Amino acid sequence: MSDVYIMGVDMIKFGRFPEKTVPQLGATAALMALDDAGLKIQDMQALYCGNLGQASAMVGQRILQEIGQTGIGVVNCANACATGATAFREAWMSVKAGVNDVVLAVGVEQMGKGLLGGSGGGTGIPKEGLLGSGTMPAVFAEAGMEHARQYGTTFEQFAKVSVKNHHHSTLNPKAMYQIETPLETVMNAEMISYPNTKLMCSVNVDGAAAAVLVSEKKARELGMDRAVRVKASVLTSDPYSDRDLVMPNVNDVTRRAASQAYEMAGCGPEDIDLVELHDCFATAEILHYENLGLCKDGEAGRMIDEGETALGGRIPVNVSGGLLSKGHPLGATGIANIYEVATHLRGEADKRQVGGAKLGMTHVIGLGSACGIHILEKVA
Amino acid sequence: MGFNLEPFATYLIGEIMSEEAAATGPLPVVDWLKGAGTDDPYLEGHKCGECGAVFLGERDNCSSCGARDKMSPTRLSTKGKLYSYSIVHRSFPGIEVPYISAIVDLEGGGTVKGNLINIDPDPAKIEFDMPVEVVFDDALGRKDRDGNSYISYFFQPAA
Ligand SMILES: [Zn+2]
Repeated sequence: MSDVYIMGVDMIKFGRFPEKTVPQLGATAALMALDDAGLKIQDMQALYCGNLGQASAMVGQRILQEIGQTGIGVVNCANACATGATAFREAWMSVKAGVNDVVLAVGVEQMGKGLLGGSGGGTGIPKEGLLGSGTMPAVFAEAGMEHARQYGTTFEQFAKVSVKNHHHSTLNPKAMYQIETPLETVMNAEMISYPNTKLMCSVNVDGAAAAVLVSEKKARELGMDRAVRVKASVLTSDPYSDRDLVMPNVNDVTRRAASQAYEMAGCGPEDIDLVELHDCFATAEILHYENLGLCKDGEAGRMIDEGETALGGRIPVNVSGGLLSKGHPLGATGIANIYEVATHLRGEADKRQVGGAKLGMTHVIGLGSACGIHILEKVA
Repeated sequence: MGFNLEPFATYLIGEIMSEEAAATGPLPVVDWLKGAGTDDPYLEGHKCGECGAVFLGERDNCSSCGARDKMSPTRLSTKGKLYSYSIVHRSFPGIEVPYISAIVDLEGGGTVKGNLINIDPDPAKIEFDMPVEVVFDDALGRKDRDGNSYISYFFQPAA
């Protein structure tokens, strides 16, 4: 089977765009990715579109109505926060299978403000604050506290994740925020769900990202200079675990995906030069250091203390600023992190460039649960 | 994905309780709370006869081992240990904070999430694996649109 290559990839600067529609945001990113590839919408053989908020409203087709109704097949998909990665993977699979040579993947989201989650709905009375909390900050706080019970991870160590990612975002003009947040600022910010303060929660933003994926034959025809090879594409759901009815298990679903991805790529975590992982809350990033094999179990706290995951460290994580500061437009996130890693592999990440990056990993988690992992490789 | 504010709005506005509804007595907050309105309320799990996995609520098949039609009801213990928690300081409008959202492993199987009460919402006071007990009480005064009151379960430090 042919290898699959990213020939064009881009994202809009994340922010709040209430005056725009979802298809308009998606169309903007799609055109940017097409320009990056030097191709036109007429060259695309299929479109894979990821969006959550309007999952039943044919967003992919409406993007084509903005940029060119060429009559190609469109797949609209929704998979919680793994939506963008799922759209990208469906695009990858169609090329890998030899069905298509050139396809477009778009992830787009327009977000409201405020808390996500909650155990409302249905009949009877609201359960929030009665049967614990279903809010996302609380759910991921509980997952972080599970790590604390096992390894003694501290509030301060969780907070350091946010300090690091906010620092990284000062080097990324496409991030929602470019603001340094010292440790005391993070720890003294409004407590949302202990141990997650407001600055340890991802930012609700609007955003869109897109990628053009091509076959090896097409890549050779177009030129390999800026091509990025997709070494692994994996999607998992959560295997059964004892507490998963009341405590979504983001660990097993990630570990399963990571081991499959390393096997597919024929490499190990020691070969990876940078990682964009799903820091929807600061607590989550700590868990995923271990889930992705970036360190041994129980070492994640030491890793953040010693700066191993900061830009310049042993294995930089979320140099884009991550979901904590770049922002988290749900359906766009899984392609935006592919843009970030590809940009480093192309050597085009400017001030935040991870020097000599040859192999990078992206990771997203959608609660419910889905995990998408991609391993990307520099070609030229 | 988003939180459905619909039932919430009803709760916040409040509805006039009808005499008829009030006469039926308290309803269970979840369908796996049994014996609501009696002096012997309890939580009911469903246990897989093949692998022993315990679920909350009725089901036909086991999501742990895939066994079909092997589920049988089991009365869950009122004794357990605190597995994990968060102290919630910001919730939806109208929800009193702070409160402790707790995950408790029950003796003999079953993990349940609920509010941990009768302890300071302070991480220094809360210990992992602390013994807790399940208690039953009115659902914080919350009523549905027909004016029915509800009985809920809570965790508190074991006596
Ligand atoms: Zn079973």
